[in-house]
Amino acid sequence: MAVPDTIYGLFPGPRSAERGMNGLRDAGVAADKIVVMASEPFEEYSFAQGERTTTMGWLAVCGGVVGGIAGFTLAWYTQTSYPLVTGGMPIVAPWPTGIVTYELTMMGAVLTTVIALLVGSRLPDWSHKLYDPEIAHGKVLIGVVDPSDEARADLENRLRRAGAEKVKATGRFATL
Amino acid sequence: MSAKTPEQINEDLLRPLAGVSARYLIVLACFLAVVIAGFTAFGWQVYHGIGVAGIRRPVFWGFYITNFVFWIGLSHAGTLISAILRLANATWRRPVTRCAEVITVFALSIGAMFPIIHLGRPWLFFWLVPYPSERGIWPNIHSPLLWDFFAISTYLLGSGTFLLLPILPDLALVRDRATGLRKKIYTVLAIGWRGTPRQWHRLEKAMQIMAIAVIPVAVSVHSIVSWDFAMAPVPMWHSTIFAPYFVAGAIFSGIAALIIAMALLRKFLHLEEYLLPVHFENLGKLLLVMSLLWVYFVFAERLTTWYGNEPSEMAVFWLTQRGSYSPLFWTMVTCNFLIPFPLLAIKKLRTITGCVIASIGVVIGMWLERFLIIVPALSHKYLPYSWGTYRPTWVEITITAATFAAMAMLYMLFSKFIPIISVWELKWGQHEEPERDSVLLRKDEEATA
Repeated sequence: MAVPDTIYGLFPGPRSAERGMNGLRDAGVAADKIVVMASEPFEEYSFAQGERTTTMGWLAVCGGVVGGIAGFTLAWYTQTSYPLVTGGMPIVAPWPTGIVTYELTMMGAVLTTVIALLVGSRLPDWSHKLYDPEIAHGKVLIGVVDPSDEARADLENRLRRAGAEKVKATGRFATL
Repeated sequence: MSAKTPEQINEDLLRPLAGVSARYLIVLACFLAVVIAGFTAFGWQVYHGIGVAGIRRPVFWGFYITNFVFWIGLSHAGTLISAILRLANATWRRPVTRCAEVITVFALSIGAMFPIIHLGRPWLFFWLVPYPSERGIWPNIHSPLLWDFFAISTYLLGSGTFLLLPILPDLALVRDRATGLRKKIYTVLAIGWRGTPRQWHRLEKAMQIMAIAVIPVAVSVHSIVSWDFAMAPVPMWHSTIFAPYFVAGAIFSGIAALIIAMALLRKFLHLEEYLLPVHFENLGKLLLVMSLLWVYFVFAERLTTWYGNEPSEMAVFWLTQRGSYSPLFWTMVTCNFLIPFPLLAIKKLRTITGCVIASIGVVIGMWLERFLIIVPALSHKYLPYSWGTYRPTWVEITITAATFAAMAMLYMLFSKFIPIISVWELKWGQHEEPERDSVLLRKDEEATA
């Protein structure tokens, strides 16, 4: 995948990044065109809010239910397939069946959470996407994907005025 | 911790990943030698048969099952403590959690090996797995040993992912700063993490769910390990107190292991500015609570047995209190209570050194506790004609020593490849510190000017 056409600024900290984000909003840039990347969450700042609605909790519950059903089925099936009276217990004894069901319920919830995280975060993804290694040095990346050619100068100015240490361009803008 | 810029935190916490010293290699080689000795001893046992171990009628569970219970217990250090602190939003947890979670994963892996080592034919361990085989035989779900399989598998999966998920942002951090082959390796490991708000939010949400899920799993694991004993009509095993007693003991030994690991990391990786005395003090207080809880459980168990005055139970009771196992019993009491209590209860003594001494005592004491639960009870069952003794052989001692060396070696290797303190969580924690905000604000203002 090619790097998208982007103009972005690298900000030294969250406050300047917040100003940069406000500048882009004031310029009328749509929220889905703005990209943000940082090496820490900055959840208390509005620029890092992004998409906060997620069904991960419910998916974990569903995964748990599926795991529980699988656990019960496994316990029931194995006990009836090889019937063995142990300590006078019934063939399908509720206590041990409950333990196996419980463990597989939790396993289902854990597995579903991991899968939901990977799918929801669009990982793994080794394709060549927009990124700047300076993020690792504590910089916050705020940028606009696919802006019009006319808006470019204004966006760069806004990012610089907000405190961006560097303003960079990728895709077709990089060659202009 | 004094306010540090993100770059300073990066430098400090990623420094241990850069290069290896001669001292590191020598220590690693020593541990590796002990691990190789352990594998050799295991190979010897496989070749000559389980008879080379000291386990024989009537004591069929000796060092191996002691180690199994001990290591599974030790694994409660990490994920459980980390999950509780995460849910309680204890801000001081941030430098501690990963050190703890790593202990869980390695200790659990080591512990899970012992039932296999203990098998007469270890290459048939997969018979424990419920799968449709040509033999037409299914594992017996009624057996607590099979519950172990499910519980440990679930806990290993939960702990492993609980450790690995928050490592992703740090792997990306290392990726961006690495060059050459290291960069390629970390690029693969970081699976494309970029740090978008969407990714951060999903990660935080996943960690919340995992923290909620992993606590009951951790409790269930050691309860089930205790039921390996409590379900058997063996004197002093068949008790309802065993599950909470084992869980408390597991957390007790886990915290002690964590304190020792943190002290070693602090000294050898020069993390004095991150693993602070307050972390040891807080964990020391927790260790003190668990020490008192342990005494309470031991007292409750022994009091009930003594009042019951059932002959077969009293035989084991007196064997440990004033018989041939009494030196071990009183050493256990000394290590688990008499030494830690003053060290942790008196504020002046609750220093890093005090906490480490108490923790070393607890680790020794808890290993002895596991041994004393298993061996005296098996050696003195109901009928006196079947009484016997147990003496471990060099094979069991070597394999036991090798597991401790393996734990140390794996920990050393991990801390060389992955930041042992979560870099992003530490930076995030500093948002709450006004001093750090002022540092960032000043940087921001300089940039704007």
